[in-house]
Amino acid sequence: MLQIMEGSHAVAEAVKLSRPQVVSAYPITPQTHIVERLAEIVADGELDADYICVESEFSALSSCLGASAAGSRVYSATTSQGLAFMAEVVFNVAGMRLPIVMTIANRSLGAPLSIWNDQQDSLFLRDSGWMQLYAEDAQEAMDLHFIAYKAAENHEVLLPAFVCFDGFILTHTFEPVDIPKQEEIDAYLPAFNPYQRLDAKDPISFGMYATPDYYQEFRYEINAAMTRAKKVLREAGAEFGEMFGRDYSGLVEEYRLDDADTAIVAMGSVCGTIKDAVDEMRDDGKKVGLLKLRSFRPFPYEDVRTALAGVSNVAVLEKNINIGSRMLGAVGLEVKDAVYKNGTPVYSYVGGLGGRDIRRKDVKMITEWAETGRNDCFFGLREEVL
Amino acid sequence: MKSVEDWYRHDRMPHIFCTGCGNGTVINCTLEAVMQMGWDIDNTIFISGIGCSSRSPGYITTDSLHTTHGRALAFATGVKLAKPEFDVVVFTGDGDLSAIGGNHFIHACRRNINMTVICMNNMIYGMTGGQGSPCTPAGAISTTTPYGATEPVFDLARLAEASGANYSARWTAYHVKELTKAIKVGMEIPGFSFIEAMTQCPTSYGRRNKLRTTTSMLEYMRDNAVLLNKAKRMEAEGRELSPGRFTVGEFVKRFRPALGVVKDEE
Ligand SMILES: Cc1ncc(C[n+]2csc(CCOP(=O)(O)OP(=O)(O)O)c2C)c(N)n1
Ligand code: SF4
Ligand SMILES: [Mg+2]
Repeated sequence: MLQIMEGSHAVAEAVKLSRPQVVSAYPITPQTHIVERLAEIVADGELDADYICVESEFSALSSCLGASAAGSRVYSATTSQGLAFMAEVVFNVAGMRLPIVMTIANRSLGAPLSIWNDQQDSLFLRDSGWMQLYAEDAQEAMDLHFIAYKAAENHEVLLPAFVCFDGFILTHTFEPVDIPKQEEIDAYLPAFNPYQRLDAKDPISFGMYATPDYYQEFRYEINAAMTRAKKVLREAGAEFGEMFGRDYSGLVEEYRLDDADTAIVAMGSVCGTIKDAVDEMRDDGKKVGLLKLRSFRPFPYEDVRTALAGVSNVAVLEKNINIGSRMLGAVGLEVKDAVYKNGTPVYSYVGGLGGRDIRRKDVKMITEWAETGRNDCFFGLREEVL
Repeated sequence: MKSVEDWYRHDRMPHIFCTGCGNGTVINCTLEAVMQMGWDIDNTIFISGIGCSSRSPGYITTDSLHTTHGRALAFATGVKLAKPEFDVVVFTGDGDLSAIGGNHFIHACRRNINMTVICMNNMIYGMTGGQGSPCTPAGAISTTTPYGATEPVFDLARLAEASGANYSARWTAYHVKELTKAIKVGMEIPGFSFIEAMTQCPTSYGRRNKLRTTTSMLEYMRDNAVLLNKAKRMEAEGRELSPGRFTVGEFVKRFRPALGVVKDEE
């Protein structure tokens, strides 16, 4: 049954249905509505979990790490400065192979201080060993949590996951969402079966010192698991589709790309705007389509290469900046690598940073830029800095 | 400089504080103390973390450093070491100081670095919409404690004392004169001076806790503040403060060696 609710509350419902045993978080805009709703859900006895509003994000993820190592399914949520502050533990969680799921309500990073949306925060932890899934709308944000837990806890993977959705644009807007029933989610996502856990009767140690003789192998293993995660995510998405009618078997999603000359590549809520712009451009006779990336880590380069095989230009719309790199954005870098053999030109167009609106006309403009071979650049910049 | 008005950045008005917020009172008290000290606009720096309280330096016309949540004292330590001749004032909130910044707080007190720290304790994370902080009293409703807070609270003024600060006092936004005087004494004393100002946050605290109006919050502070000496007498008689009441006054004033004190001040 469809219900109209705020994106953050939809995510809180997804968390409730996923039955974490420990929820630990520190408030930060625009993540607050998720954790406030969860506080109510736990206080009302709707979710049998320990909820703790700890003293910082550092403690939030640290306590999640402890609870996960002890064998519990755990949950946290944060964004921006909070995520940056967590960074040390972010790497630790992946290194200890603990399948924690954390929502990122994407927001820009300071300084200057901004509470508004872009995707710099999750992307800066690109190499941490966490999966990174991006949602276009509230429904997808909700569904990706179930898929994330299922893939993360799979013993072939055992890696944590970020479920990213755009701050304010998705966290604070109301949309109709279809909320699965508890029995259905229980069938899709059985209780957590830890691969290993802290157990006094059969002691193991997490996070021990690795000498130069062994450290490298741990990194190798994380990378190998991330590679395996592609298949596991696709299968988890397909199974979800069979059970709930919403198919997430693709790590990418094509929109009117079949005969397109120009492809726009993007992640997150802006895909909705791009679809509208694509429709209008199609009405004007332009052959343009969208390739939406649902997973950034693992990066589905085979899927990207296949999807973009027929196009002549690629415009990557980036809500991040890859400062100091030849390629302006982090997503463009990956896309360019994926299509390298095809020789298709890929341009990275950066915009929407710190919450600046991206409009249909911006999308049309960057499409034209790609068609005319305009190099990587910012769009929507104030003239005075040029 | 003739009046506190000269210390304000009028181009930044209107400010972001809600109607009835106590932060403005505390800024006024601070600037009044600064005036009485005869401090110079060009030689004073206001530093803060993140929160409603931490927005304060943005409205003052001196140099200011608006840093990250919880870490104002670490940034301020760097400023004071590099510029010991500067008068350094830190504005912080209960969450900023004692939750995410708790570690920096105790170490700045321990080092006893020469600065004045003013904490606007509104018993809540105001800016993010009213989640429970380490100073949310037992039983108080917040968005993360929908049926009342259960964790014990920090007594910030005593924490400062125990951690080594040379000066520690607590007053409220109701006690304007006492608060101003305490801030001034803190500024006079070399070393780490901590002044906790209980402030009203009608928006994120009051309206959930039957203190909807500003006046009811101010009355709450007036009626529940117990002078330290009286509390000590009560303690000697074996009587405890009833829940919800808190002590005000000067907790410690001492002259231990301090860090970041310029030679000619010694
Ligand atoms: C690392 C980090 N975590 C969380 C936040 C979100 N945040 C901003 S202000 C604030 C609470 C402020 O509370 P307090 O210090 O008591 O100040 P008040 O607003 O009540 O004056 C929080 C949690 C942040 N900015 N940075
Ligand atoms: S939320 Fe509270 S602390 Fe913040 S400005 Fe409003 S009244 Fe003041
Ligand atoms: Mg506060």
